[in-house]
Amino acid sequence: MSEVPSELRDEIPSFDEHSYHDHGALDWSALTSIRTAKSALEIGTIVAVAVGVFWGVEGILRWAKTPSYVFPKPTQIVSALTTDFGIRYGHHLWVTTQEFLMGVAIGSTIGLLLAAVITQKPFVEKIVAPYIIILVTTPMLALVPFLRLSLPKGIGGLGIWPIVFAVALASGPMVLINAATGFRRTDLAKIALARSYGASTFQIFRKIRFPLALPMIIVGYMVGSIFGLLTAVGSEMASASEEGGLGHQLIFFASLIQVPEFWATIVIIAALGVSIYVVFYFVGKRWASWEA
Amino acid sequence: MVLTAAGEPKIRVQGATKIYQGKTGPVHALDNISVDVHDGELVCILGPSGCGKTTLLWALGGLHALTRGQILVDGEPVKGPRPQAMGFIFQDANLLPWRNLRQNIEFPFEIKHRPVDRRRIEALLGETGLAGFENAYPRELSGGMQQRASIVRALAQDPAILLMDEPFGQLDAFTRDEMNLLLLRLWSETDKTIVFVTHNISEAIFLADRVVVMTPRPGRLAHVYDIELPRPRTIEMTFEPDFIELIQDIKRTVEAGGRRHVVEVE
Repeated sequence: MSEVPSELRDEIPSFDEHSYHDHGALDWSALTSIRTAKSALEIGTIVAVAVGVFWGVEGILRWAKTPSYVFPKPTQIVSALTTDFGIRYGHHLWVTTQEFLMGVAIGSTIGLLLAAVITQKPFVEKIVAPYIIILVTTPMLALVPFLRLSLPKGIGGLGIWPIVFAVALASGPMVLINAATGFRRTDLAKIALARSYGASTFQIFRKIRFPLALPMIIVGYMVGSIFGLLTAVGSEMASASEEGGLGHQLIFFASLIQVPEFWATIVIIAALGVSIYVVFYFVGKRWASWEA
Repeated sequence: MVLTAAGEPKIRVQGATKIYQGKTGPVHALDNISVDVHDGELVCILGPSGCGKTTLLWALGGLHALTRGQILVDGEPVKGPRPQAMGFIFQDANLLPWRNLRQNIEFPFEIKHRPVDRRRIEALLGETGLAGFENAYPRELSGGMQQRASIVRALAQDPAILLMDEPFGQLDAFTRDEMNLLLLRLWSETDKTIVFVTHNISEAIFLADRVVVMTPRPGRLAHVYDIELPRPRTIEMTFEPDFIELIQDIKRTVEAGGRRHVVEVE
């Protein structure tokens, strides 16, 4: 009986509806907690609160006559942000974005492929697991000074490679660990369905295991990206980067006590973080809404 | 493909035995089951939970290997899935939640790398009352509609044999009656052989030409009942004294663990 599907032949058939949750239920709330505002009243209230917070902080700082080097007024931050944006921040935003995108692209691709491979064999997973945990828990920006020393200068004409490397090392394991959780979810009934139509092992992977894992993969990408941004900015701060970058600018503005510009940079970094969240919120909504 | 001689069974189960290696020791799921199913017949396999009904069905469909014994379909031993000859209908519809109804029905075509038979699908959707719901996702549909979609998915492949694993077990009594009538109608319009697993005695009698009663742990054949009810069958028949008497008789057989009847050995 050699053609009998190997993953089914010795499994006691059970059709618990949520059997694939045996390997840890998915907490999807991270991506669905944003609710789209519906009525004009809701939108109006949200805008009013934001405006209130902005001018409230402004009012308090004016009333207390707080000097701008202690805490700049929101209007000062806005003017610091909008004056000469291209010269002050444009180049650095581009450097950080490059490091972030390249690092996450490299790290997540490797992480996703590794997750798909190691989950095929439980024994391999056991061997690899401790190293993944070490990679996940070690802050990768600690490696940047070392990477700067040991990586040949300017690979591909870019001085940002040590940071790209650190971002990849920070985001990859996050994608790996979440994607592995996704690939470990097995739904015997759905595999049996595909097998009954003669599906190959690759078809089972592509049409059953991968879609089943996709929500967890998206969560992995989101967490990995946020870790990647953190590592990119942190690495720029930690190591005197000739290329600049937003983290570099934070140190620069702080050393010159240009506090409004410092805060303007924080706002840009926060905007990057929020855009990561928003992108994955919509990716999750489009590709994984069946799970919610 | 081997042409079966007249009278030769479509499906022949010979001494089917299955022992699982469970975590707490071997689980004896099937013990020496032998049964024949003829071409165009509707046979129900009836028994309480854990009597190996699903195991037997999976072995029929080539999803399971038997520990001992063999199964012949069209005279050939079953060695693995036979997607051209057999179609499964699973518990809880078993639709893929990330695909809409149309994509679910087209799933087997994709697996088999075959062009989608749109005319056949349209006809089946109309017949099952699903026309207009092609773009709905499974979670947006009732349990009955999901199971109808899974029947369309199986029938669109036009298999000679349908293997049905407690397909209506999760449905309420009214929807279940409706689905049973739909199944009988679809069956009468074709020449399909159906093996239908259920734990519902009334459902088994209502549908079947023959009811194969199994007893649990290990799954043994208790008795095979020939159901003489005329066709087409109606829900009213289930209220007749004969029908209710048969239910009670089968219930006693299950409770006695097969000791009421001597299993005929050929």
